[in-house]
Amino acid sequence: MQTNFTAEQLRDPDTAESNRILRTCVHCGMCTATCPTFLLLGDELDSPRGRIYLIKDMLESGRPASELEVRHVDRCLSCLSCMTTCPSGVNYMHLVDHARTYIEETYKRPWPERMLRGVLARVLPSPKLFRLSLKAAALARPLEPAIPGQSMLAQRLRGMLALAPKALPAPDPMQEAQVHPAEGERRGRVGLLTGCAQKVLNPEINAATIRLLTRMGIEVVITPGQGCCGALTHHMGQHERAMAAARANIRAWSAEIEGQGLDAIVVNASGCGTTLKDYGFMFREEPDAEDAARVAGLAMDITEVLEKFAYAPTRDEPAMTVAYHSACSLQHGQKITALPKQLLARAGFKVKEPAEGHICCGSAGTYNILQPAIAGQLRTRKLENIRRTKADVIAAGNIGCMTQLAGDAMPVVHTVQLLDWMAGGPRPEGLDGIG
Amino acid sequence: MIALPAPKPEILARRDAILADLARLLPADSVIGETLRLRPYETDGLAAYRQIPLAVVLPRTTAEVAAVLRYCHANGIRVVPRGAGTSLSGGALPLADAVVIGLMRMNTIREINYEDRYAIVGAGVTNIGITKAVEGDGFFYAPDPSSQLACMIGGNVMMNSGGAHCLKYGVTANNLLGVTFVTIEGEVIEIGGTHLDAAGYDWLGLITGSEGQLGLVTEVTVRILRGPEGARAMLAAFSSVEIAGAAVDAIIGSGIIPVALEFMDRPCIHACEAFAHAGYPLDAEAMLIIEVEGSVAEQDMLLDRIRGICAKFDPISMKVAESAEQSAAIWKGRKGAFGAVGRISPDYLCMDGTIPTGELPHVLKRISEMSAQYGLGVANVFHAGDGNLHPLIMFDANDPDSFRRAEAFGADILKLCVEVGGCLTGEHGVGVEKRDLMTTQFTRAELTLQRAIKSAFDPEWLLNTAKVFPLDDNPKIAA
Repeated sequence: MQTNFTAEQLRDPDTAESNRILRTCVHCGMCTATCPTFLLLGDELDSPRGRIYLIKDMLESGRPASELEVRHVDRCLSCLSCMTTCPSGVNYMHLVDHARTYIEETYKRPWPERMLRGVLARVLPSPKLFRLSLKAAALARPLEPAIPGQSMLAQRLRGMLALAPKALPAPDPMQEAQVHPAEGERRGRVGLLTGCAQKVLNPEINAATIRLLTRMGIEVVITPGQGCCGALTHHMGQHERAMAAARANIRAWSAEIEGQGLDAIVVNASGCGTTLKDYGFMFREEPDAEDAARVAGLAMDITEVLEKFAYAPTRDEPAMTVAYHSACSLQHGQKITALPKQLLARAGFKVKEPAEGHICCGSAGTYNILQPAIAGQLRTRKLENIRRTKADVIAAGNIGCMTQLAGDAMPVVHTVQLLDWMAGGPRPEGLDGIG
Repeated sequence: MIALPAPKPEILARRDAILADLARLLPADSVIGETLRLRPYETDGLAAYRQIPLAVVLPRTTAEVAAVLRYCHANGIRVVPRGAGTSLSGGALPLADAVVIGLMRMNTIREINYEDRYAIVGAGVTNIGITKAVEGDGFFYAPDPSSQLACMIGGNVMMNSGGAHCLKYGVTANNLLGVTFVTIEGEVIEIGGTHLDAAGYDWLGLITGSEGQLGLVTEVTVRILRGPEGARAMLAAFSSVEIAGAAVDAIIGSGIIPVALEFMDRPCIHACEAFAHAGYPLDAEAMLIIEVEGSVAEQDMLLDRIRGICAKFDPISMKVAESAEQSAAIWKGRKGAFGAVGRISPDYLCMDGTIPTGELPHVLKRISEMSAQYGLGVANVFHAGDGNLHPLIMFDANDPDSFRRAEAFGADILKLCVEVGGCLTGEHGVGVEKRDLMTTQFTRAELTLQRAIKSAFDPEWLLNTAKVFPLDDNPKIAA
């Protein structure tokens, strides 16, 4: 596609990259078909091709972002379904990331919006603050139906309270900085990203990961100094905050890599995995580019690590049907599609795939808080498709999706919890009486 | 750059009032009027041509479409219909004084009837959406343009779209039973029905392929067919484009009608393989995708005969898909071919001409000579079985001279198609792209008659004004 950047504009590496991406797009329109928001809203402006056009115009003009562009870029889930569909190989992820940063730098949002985003950016990546606010939310939960009106603020408040879990699990010391030694002969040594929000919402995911890996003879290192991967703030366009979080992780893991070495950095929240794997790109102009690329190169989804170390079940086949929900960050962001299903089948589960598996469930990081109406419609659509599989349980590889899909009749677990169970771990909570 | 009719100054001057009127006619969030938000609507699949419209409206019902048309007619406002905006001939290119009516919100399936084998769907349902809705019950909708994932049935009707499998099943016109048609006056007319054939003039035949010149289609009744017992694709690779062209002619000449017979040349094979990982032969100069269907015995028999014919042309390799996944990967590459060329060139013009299959070797040779003459690369991918060519001329839109050469190259290819006894368009329509070449195909008298039909439906020439016919000799649309 034709672009109109000046030589001066192209000296900025981010703009040069966006120009390169825009030149790959041939405006064929295939991406519109698999975009969840285009499906729901039926407006070119809420499709990838429309957003690419809006972003192109905004960046070329060099003018500050306005409410008109922000509205449509904000509605993008960053599910990256368009990247799976695109025959030309347009890197929409890097383009929309650049646009979000540009918006954050040039557009002043109305104050309630600024406040909410500020709070989310501060609270979610900090397990301590997040735990506190979830406790407060649990207290306020009865008020949810009493919040009046259809304003964005009211919708968001109701949405947030609905998302907050009724009871919060106790903190698990297993997730703190330490080395979990391998059982038996050591076959490998991996770092584990224990994450931020997931740690608080569902410590069982990390616990199952550690149990399963150590049982397979893999030493699991939780390095001191690691924290949030930076994805949450990155997707809100808060570039500096995201880079700071990522840099802390890069330092922590680089020390470990140069010390006793790591075979992989395991990620069991695929939203984080997509970002970790992109560290090389994010830091391409920074002094620590090499370290970042090395960390990104070692980042692996838990299913990739299990495949690498030849996961094998030890229990008898459970008579249980699993609806595998493919998180967008896994299937579109990391192109991991068949592997989780293969592992579940190997573990003895009957695996079903819901229709419209390529369409997002609406979680998308902070999207279900910031865009509650669209997120709600996508959730309903997803749950209807899942129910039609008549499965016993939903398995997913991302805490965001798990939180979004919770609360319906079918229990939701992480893929690794099922795999750990079949390899000698405990039966995941909530599955009693099934199978 | 193509000439567009001069905008009507009185319409441009009343812009704000028109936007306000439209907003009153339609529910909230149905009218777009800010320049910033109109820009993404300035073009379609032919991105080299661009024009920001006066307004975009996104109706949800036939009644809303009728209300907008009635208003535009009463006020002398031009109208440009738009489906998914995937047209490769610029069929949805707006005009500065026109209201674009986008039909993508009309995306519900109203009725599926297996007993009588039809489906009634909104104009904004995607082509593949129809098949998706019925495939669980063993049915499908046959025409399958490469953009079928995104393109919408309303646009398919307006362009009489084809696709790879039309060799056996025919194009849109052969798979259509009825339409809900809205005239420029805002009258809603039901044409055809849920049965084959209709009394009186063949209105359906007239409207199919009319490119938004006669009225808008808001709902479509299509035939759905029971799927074949099975299908298998094979790849045959050849050492030259001309030899592959001769093999196509031999297959068709033998009396076999494969369900699809597709052609790709070297640049296209490489680009598509990078996208689809289908195991395309990277050492070949040209490749055929040949698909047969039926019972396993029928498939085996046909594939054997086709392999026998291909063997006479000294193929580099022949490979039959061994699983449904392999067949799917082969088709994924072919269906993504246009976009995949975006990997090897920043821009392309996709040509669409039809020739008698016997002319394939000659025409392909001429295209490669022209490519050298214009200094522009060309990737060939097309429906070889019915002689429908899609040469993709590669250029760089950031270089105006390269675009001018691409346009001239394209025009020469289409003139060549007419010269060898073929036609300007196979399935993409004339649009704005081939408008000025219509005189190559038709005599003055023929064009006058066609314009008279347009005038009978739309005396003021408000509907998709700048398309299909050359602008000269027409007082209604002086450039």
